[in-house]
Amino acid sequence: MRALPSSADAVPAALAPLPPVAGAAAPVGRARRSPKRSWVGVARPLPPRRRLALTLLSFLLPLGLWAAVSYLPFLWHPLVEVTNPGEVAWMEPGMRVPKAAFAEEVAASANAGTEAPAGRPANPVYLPAPHEVAVALWTTLTAPPPQRDAIWLPSSLWHSIQIIFWGFTISSIFGVPLGVLCGAQPTIARLTEPVIEFVRYLPAPAFGALMVAILGIYDGPKIAIIVIGTFFQQVLVIANTTRRVDPLLIEAALTMGSRNLRLIRRVVVPAVLPQLYRDQRILLGWAWTYLIVAELIGTSSGITFFITQQARYQHFDNVYAAILVIGFIGVATDIALALLGRRLFPYARAEA
Amino acid sequence: MSAAPIPITTEPCDYRTQCEPVRARFEKLKAREVALRVDGLGKVFRNADGGETVALRGIDLVTHRREFLCVVGPSGCGKSTFVRILAGLETKSSGTVSVGGVPVSGPGADRGMVFQGYTLFPWLTVKRNVAFGLEENGESRHVAERESLQWLALIGLERFADAYPHQLSGGMKQRVAIARALAMRPRILLMDEPFSALDAQSRARMQAYLIEIWRKIDITIVFITHDLDEAVTLADRILVLKAHPGEVEELIEVPVPRPRHPGQTLTPEFRAVRTRLDALIHPAEAEADGPADLGSLDMVTRMASVGDEVE
Repeated sequence: MRALPSSADAVPAALAPLPPVAGAAAPVGRARRSPKRSWVGVARPLPPRRRLALTLLSFLLPLGLWAAVSYLPFLWHPLVEVTNPGEVAWMEPGMRVPKAAFAEEVAASANAGTEAPAGRPANPVYLPAPHEVAVALWTTLTAPPPQRDAIWLPSSLWHSIQIIFWGFTISSIFGVPLGVLCGAQPTIARLTEPVIEFVRYLPAPAFGALMVAILGIYDGPKIAIIVIGTFFQQVLVIANTTRRVDPLLIEAALTMGSRNLRLIRRVVVPAVLPQLYRDQRILLGWAWTYLIVAELIGTSSGITFFITQQARYQHFDNVYAAILVIGFIGVATDIALALLGRRLFPYARAEA
Repeated sequence: MSAAPIPITTEPCDYRTQCEPVRARFEKLKAREVALRVDGLGKVFRNADGGETVALRGIDLVTHRREFLCVVGPSGCGKSTFVRILAGLETKSSGTVSVGGVPVSGPGADRGMVFQGYTLFPWLTVKRNVAFGLEENGESRHVAERESLQWLALIGLERFADAYPHQLSGGMKQRVAIARALAMRPRILLMDEPFSALDAQSRARMQAYLIEIWRKIDITIVFITHDLDEAVTLADRILVLKAHPGEVEELIEVPVPRPRHPGQTLTPEFRAVRTRLDALIHPAEAEADGPADLGSLDMVTRMASVGDEVE
């Protein structure tokens, strides 16, 4: 059983037998399975070139999928876009009909000897091809819309950005100081956080009708929804971040005579500022998610008005263009703020 | 921590015997006014399960101005709690603490504190870190920074005045932390294992620095450490605590003459104090896990080939 060499050092009999060692010729260790590469380990930063390549790939993969579905006729294309209705009365050029219905009409006209309709495979109207969206993106951003009553994308976007800005600013003016106070002082935290925790679960859009009643139908209720959607999360997030301040820094400051608000201003806030800044970046992203709902309240406005109107005209290429623009603005803002953070907090490496 | 006695040429001596200059020094020291007085200090922690842990009980201590006191003890003896109570960062359960005759209640500028972690403010430059306490106590920023530069000159770091803490080595950070505490002109400098995060070389250098600063400035130092050699190297007197509950085991007057230098570790006085400290502190640890560990060494099964010996 035991492959170990017995020796003068007798092994105490009380010991449990060792696990069998494979191969008596190799007393040094057991025969090993070839080591398996682990794909999971301590996460290390990737080399910069690979980072860049993967970043590009993460955009290119979905884009590639979209292009494949759009340009390869055999891939989905459940409809037929009629190019020539032939003698089928109900068809018009440009009409998209289900494949089965189209085939029926072709068969029927072959039986009747009439001119058969012609068409090409097509996707539903709500899935335009990438190039159509690209063109729409360019035209919506540069040229005024062809419809007289339609609004221009840049101006609707500008309106949305203002809504976000004011909503987020008003929320921050109250939310950040309250969050810091909660994080720094347990009594204040206990007094405010439970009710905030409760309100946080109330969906902000539920306040829509109320806000319209109070603030009218224009921008007031929209800003209010953004504030409601952001503020309560903000207080809790900022409070949690503030609680993570290194207690030793506070103690050090206490031994040097810092007290109360001065302690908060001179030690607590600077100590968590890089993380607060990062929290604010994330919260700004959340504010954007409330935008669409907020803008539907009262008179629709901004980017949402643009999107709903274009969807009503079945200009889905414009709809996608508008959605993409929101994405671009979000990412651009975030990158800009991240770069700014790196300059603002040179001491916080790997933060912000 | 060498347990085996190093053979030394000189006669082993009693740790209580003091040569003439040392005795004269202690007399002079005790003639100075009292800097810190601790009477019947006790600390009881309430546990989460409703029980109580006695961390400190009946600690009495009198320290004179410009004394260097080290506090040592086995882990769990409450030496950190002790110094935190002195700093006012922890409440006491019983007894009194007074600094310069004034009872301690909460942190105050008369007691500077240096922590094991450097606790420098990472968002402030070295200069402004040192100026921090001065600004907190009403100095204008201009005056505080000028004074801060003088302190940086004292610790030899004026070149780094505009650097941020993360750009400094551990030893340099701790020097800045000491300067920051001293800039408040406290009566007492409390140090909670300040050098234990440093490597051996930096630690020896920092000890020399600290002694140098202490010689030049009117300051009383209470220095917590678990390194017994460090305690003997630095201290005038060593307060030895015992664990569970933390009580005073002994207050040792170190008979090693000053000025101290590294060569003294082999002198009979140093060995004697060191042996006494070992005897006071390590038996408890040996009881806890010593013999059992040693006994189990024989139980290790041989798994290497015969003739393939390493020792």
